[in-house]
Amino acid sequence: MTLDKAQTKAFLKRYTMVIALLFIWVLFGILTDWVFFKARNLSNLFRQMTITGFLASGMLLVIVTGGIDLSVGSVTGFVSAVAAFFQARVFPDLLLNMMPNASIAARGITSTIVTVLIALVVGLMIGSLQGLVISYLSVPAFIVTLGCMLIFRGGVLGVTGGKTIVPIEDSFRLIAQGYVPKPVGLILALIVVVLIFLGSLDSRRRKRAYGFELKPLAQDLLMAGLWSALVLVYVLIMNSYRGIQNPVLLLAVVAMIVHYITQNTRFGRYVYALGGNKEATRLSGVNIKKNLFKVHALMGTLGGVAGIVLTGYVAAGTTGGGTNYELDAIASCVIGGVSLSGGSGTIMGTMIGALVMASLVNGMSVMNMPIFWQYIIKGLVLIVAVYFDIASKKKSS
Amino acid sequence: MESEYILEMAGVTKKFPGVTALKDVSFKVKRGEIHGICGENGAGKSTLMKILSGVYPHDTYEGQVFYNGEEVNFTAGAIRQAIEKGIAIVYQELALVPQLTVGENIFLGHEPRKKNGSIDWNQLYSNTKDILEKYKLDIPYAEKVEDLPVGKQQMVEIAKALSEDAKVLILDEPTSALTINEAEVLMDIIRLLKEQGVTMLYISHKLEEFFEISDTVTVFRDGQFIESLDKERLSLERMIALMVGRDMTERFPERKHQIGETVFSVSDLHVIDPDKHGKKVISGISFDLHKGEVFGIAGLMGAGRTELVTALFGAYGQVVQGEIQVNEKAVVIKDIKTAMDLGISLVPEDRKNMGLILDQSILKNISLPNMDRFAGFGRINKLGELEESQKYSKSLSIKTPSMHVAVESLSGGNQQKVVISKWLMSSPQILILDDPTRGIDVGAKYEIYKLINDLAEQGVAIIMISSEMEEVIGMSDRIMVMFEGQSSGIIDVADATQEKIMSMATGNVADQED
Repeated sequence: MTLDKAQTKAFLKRYTMVIALLFIWVLFGILTDWVFFKARNLSNLFRQMTITGFLASGMLLVIVTGGIDLSVGSVTGFVSAVAAFFQARVFPDLLLNMMPNASIAARGITSTIVTVLIALVVGLMIGSLQGLVISYLSVPAFIVTLGCMLIFRGGVLGVTGGKTIVPIEDSFRLIAQGYVPKPVGLILALIVVVLIFLGSLDSRRRKRAYGFELKPLAQDLLMAGLWSALVLVYVLIMNSYRGIQNPVLLLAVVAMIVHYITQNTRFGRYVYALGGNKEATRLSGVNIKKNLFKVHALMGTLGGVAGIVLTGYVAAGTTGGGTNYELDAIASCVIGGVSLSGGSGTIMGTMIGALVMASLVNGMSVMNMPIFWQYIIKGLVLIVAVYFDIASKKKSS
Repeated sequence: MESEYILEMAGVTKKFPGVTALKDVSFKVKRGEIHGICGENGAGKSTLMKILSGVYPHDTYEGQVFYNGEEVNFTAGAIRQAIEKGIAIVYQELALVPQLTVGENIFLGHEPRKKNGSIDWNQLYSNTKDILEKYKLDIPYAEKVEDLPVGKQQMVEIAKALSEDAKVLILDEPTSALTINEAEVLMDIIRLLKEQGVTMLYISHKLEEFFEISDTVTVFRDGQFIESLDKERLSLERMIALMVGRDMTERFPERKHQIGETVFSVSDLHVIDPDKHGKKVISGISFDLHKGEVFGIAGLMGAGRTELVTALFGAYGQVVQGEIQVNEKAVVIKDIKTAMDLGISLVPEDRKNMGLILDQSILKNISLPNMDRFAGFGRINKLGELEESQKYSKSLSIKTPSMHVAVESLSGGNQQKVVISKWLMSSPQILILDDPTRGIDVGAKYEIYKLINDLAEQGVAIIMISSEMEEVIGMSDRIMVMFEGQSSGIIDVADATQEKIMSMATGNVADQED
């Protein structure tokens, strides 16, 4: 199969960031004598992208509405501190009184489950509150979230009292640090592969039922095969180290949910529509405020998820937790092709953006590059990525 | 040595990816004439103007352009070069900075400076005054542009072009946003400019205007030069025939319909605008609307027509008094959803800003107000959505290779069909069309007229706002004329004449300024 010039161009445009990502990987591979590609490092790399990944998933929807959320870093830090506070200061004594006969492990797991729920509710409440002010009181998202960035940074200091909160239950640490047992991981991967193929065939069947034109079977199977290969290769590499990382599995689930929301639900459709043209969407009978509110509530909840994973990852609630995470999340979206003017962007792009950011940090750390260089290069990559995006749009118009 | 022709194009071809916008165009513009340009949307008029005014630099098209007998090859900074040579363009969409004053706008980019480099404000405003006086433009020179009515803003644009000593002025549909009075004033200005030796290229969809001012009219079709008609050979039939490439025997199609029972009635409606300190925008409007009827609403810009229909759709203002009945039941339309549930649809006036999400596909635009049909609780039945949308796209013959094409790439007429499709899908019993043929070409207009008739025949009750006098008479069964938020009366189409509507639309207020 040969591609003509226009097709090649379209292909390059569509996969610019994938190509850039592969380029970055190869570059780091060469610079680190291939240490970068060791299973252990790849395992770390993907784990490092998860917190940014959760935040970027929510940020995607916020940016699609034409808004921005500058508070997610502080919210993550706040939720993380709250979770640590309950784990270290509240539940050990409380549960000892309430379930004196239970084993230490049972109490630990109870503490973890309840803490997770509390953290999610705190995230949801923060997001809802922001959503209320942004949509129903019409205060610009930039201002509300800038204010909340300060408020919850203050909140972090208040909850922690300026000191790191420890200890965290082992079961809580597992959320971020643990691995899926290798056989389970493999079975999961196989199930996903089967679902990919069944989904592909089912979509063909339904299209045929409606009488729509079908792509060649080989093409659909090839796509399904490619995705399956990606999943299998990933799982096999991870299994050659310690297995699939728990937070990566969690992120995959979140990303799939967000993908489903954006592609298959009415809510998703409305979010893109109102980001594209608010007035036309309003005149189509869509309740703009309600949908805007939901987007921020979802963002807050994902901030809660990020906070949980952060606490599990560092096994503590820290005073500086989550600092500058909002910038990583925004950068991931932008690198992934999400338009800051609203109305367009995909979760796949966003995840690739998050992976690019994580790869830069990871690669430079492996190379022992000084921290100051890491900041400078991350900043430069962001600007260059947006420049490429703008340049490619200009050429096509 | 000046040649007879100030502008000449020879074999100009301009290609965009996938489309050839201009094909081997050659034509000439005489010095000092008013040269009308007409053609359907997509005929290549705008592309032509953009080449002349340097928006598309010399190296992006094939062929030659001569100005004063010299070949022009504007490349880098082409727009500036064109202006310096004396070619200026007044765009259809006003390109002014609303927050700046008239003077600041006119001299934006070439402000007079003092020796020390700072702006010489006194000089700027005195120059502004000179220009306005020279061309007899009645505009307050120190007012902010946003505080002026659209007609005066247009004049500011013209003054801006003239301030740089334009020899050739390109006017791109200058009257599309103007009231009839404002358009008259503009015509006078154009005649005055002609006396002062300015050559003008005048693009318009309102063919009648060419008879008033043009010396020559050139017709374009499908990116090709068709014919230049001089004044003697100019006729409406000829122009339309050349534009559409076939003879158009009738401008408004016949309608065989039965007017049925009352489906919608409004009595003594009063609406205020809460965003404008509760200013009253509609007062005391009453009318009935019947099944199968086309109810026209005429009036000048600012008469409150759009305010009335958007209020009826629950999309604007606050009803402070009056009753609305649907199927003889009193209803309160508190929001758009309520209106939609009652079977009311509104095709808004400004399709780009209010009707469409330009960068989304035809499919997504059509289904947006109709998601209830495709998504129960959550998941969208995408295939059902595609099938249903395709039905409307086909029955309205929207010209597109696929439903997944972004609507911004469609022509104006096809975009309007997308907006109409999205509202037809909700099977309205009352369809409100706010100036549905504005800015679209003759062929597409005719299709939309036919569609309106079909719907009326099927029993839909239609309210149609129109800014074109002939259209409102040609299409309506009854016409309500509005003036300053009130009804000047409802007349049967049999009694309607342009003069009568005009006099009702202007009320009896003597001072029409501002």
